Amino acid sequence: MTTMAKIRKNLPPVLMFLLAGAVLLVTWIAVHHRLPEHLIFLLPTPGAVWAAAGKEAAVLARATFNTMEGALLGFGLAIAFGSLAALVLSLSPLVRAGLMPYLMLLQLTPIPVLAPLLVLWAGAGLPSVALITFLICFFPLLVNTTQGLVSTDRQLVELFRMWRAGRWQELWRLRVPAALPYFFTGLRIAAILAPIGAVIGDFSAGTSAGDGGGLGFRAYYYSTQAKYPELYAVVAITGGLGFVSMGTVMLLSRLALGRWHDAYARNDS
Amino acid sequence: MSPASGIVELGGVAKKFGDGPPVLADFSLTARPGEFLSLIGPSGCGKSTLLRLIAGLTDVSAGELRVDGRTPEQAAAELAFVFQEPTLLPWLDVAGNVEVPLRLRGATRATRAAARDGALRLVGLAGREAAYPRQLSGGQKMRVSLARALVLAPKILLLDEPFGALDEMTRERLQEELLAIRAQQGWTAFFVTHSVAEAVFLSDRIFVMSPQPGRISAEIAVPLPQPRTAETRLSRAYQDLIVAVTRRLRSAEPATAA
Ligand SMILES: Nc1ncnc2c1ncn2[C@@H]1O[C@H](COP(=O)(O)OP(=O)(O)O)[C@@H](O)[C@H]1O
Ligand SMILES: [Mg+2]
Repeated sequence: MTTMAKIRKNLPPVLMFLLAGAVLLVTWIAVHHRLPEHLIFLLPTPGAVWAAAGKEAAVLARATFNTMEGALLGFGLAIAFGSLAALVLSLSPLVRAGLMPYLMLLQLTPIPVLAPLLVLWAGAGLPSVALITFLICFFPLLVNTTQGLVSTDRQLVELFRMWRAGRWQELWRLRVPAALPYFFTGLRIAAILAPIGAVIGDFSAGTSAGDGGGLGFRAYYYSTQAKYPELYAVVAITGGLGFVSMGTVMLLSRLALGRWHDAYARNDS
Repeated sequence: MSPASGIVELGGVAKKFGDGPPVLADFSLTARPGEFLSLIGPSGCGKSTLLRLIAGLTDVSAGELRVDGRTPEQAAAELAFVFQEPTLLPWLDVAGNVEVPLRLRGATRATRAAARDGALRLVGLAGREAAYPRQLSGGQKMRVSLARALVLAPKILLLDEPFGALDEMTRERLQEELLAIRAQQGWTAFFVTHSVAEAVFLSDRIFVMSPQPGRISAEIAVPLPQPRTAETRLSRAYQDLIVAVTRRLRSAEPATAA
């Protein structure tokens, strides 16, 4: 593709994105100016949010770092244990029937119920935040990866049997690579959930001790102090983290699967 | 090898799944080494099941089945299977796909490369080693699938409607190439097809099967001379054989069929 053609192809989406952003901003400001005096705190101007973020920059940077730490740790744990558990579940339908209900229990218990227990066991702050993130990210990874490991093409499995492949060869050379697209689907969901999980975790099990907590704790603190522009800044940062997290995983999936999987491939390859 | 000296011998083979109805009953057939045999018959008459029995993917319920004088399991190294779908590993390129069976056996890098090059040359895909399956046409994917079967230098090739999903032109070219490869390698083939013309063009003998339970309802020898080429399709003998096999196939199908 020529540079010109590339620009022509990518320009409309970019323009659309900027246009939507502009419409949103204008609407925001318009609504702000029409709010009655006593409600104006509900929707501070983008300028006010920007200013508040600047004033709190050091604190927010620290909180963002703490939240990312918890999110990454929990996300990593979820990848490790989710894949491992998926391998175990893929062994047989009997194993799945026996273990799945217990694993679902983890997913069905609301985090605010678990949070106090986790704080007791692991301690407030990073350990609890990472554990809560882990709990939230674990299930989509587990379910998708297991699905992938058991959906291997039956004829390919038969070919491997005819070639006298051992159980391990069948797993590493067939079932695991065949499950990769499913794994990455789970990873994408988990990547969206990880920052949310870390913020929720921090909100319910965070602590100001040590280095001042993460974004969840900040959100809690600002709301009790009626610091609404600062609260909006936290919302914006959390959203940004989600985008970065998902973008990174999309990039990784494309690197891992782009050459062979249609859904991840560039059109021109 | 047993005195009867067939490379594949079925004697009174029966097959049923669980307590379902018999899929095959009293099935007897002897393939001589190097023979090209076709199986043709209505859907569900047990053609795939027969190939899967010979491949050792499922066990006979009764009767005797010998492959190269042994059980199918013992003869696994002599057997190769080609399905209707190319069943390639999409995450491996052409070279990687053809090498899979060798890799599973722990063959050295040099052995793999030599066997892979030979197989790819046979199917006319030399130079496409680095392509991924998604970049190939249906016909090319089937060529890779064939190369992967040939790379082990099998004595017996089991093909289950391998060209069934291809367009007519590709199909005829692959038929001609398959015969050319056989002339070089001399394997024995069991070829399942729905196409009478395909069966006649390829085979030394055609077995027409009838369903419920699956058995041989007619055996037709195909005395067309080798090598067979595109010219063969224009010959009178070829056309007459197609008519004859079609008649046998009609009478094998249930009388109520439209
Ligand atoms: N694994 C299996 N379990 C139960 N029934 C089967 C199985 N495989 C095939 N059958 C049955 O055996 C019959 C023959 O199937 P198949 O050999 O696939 O026929 P064909 O290839 O001639 O169309 C069908 O009725 C099918 O339902
Ligand atoms: Mg079939």
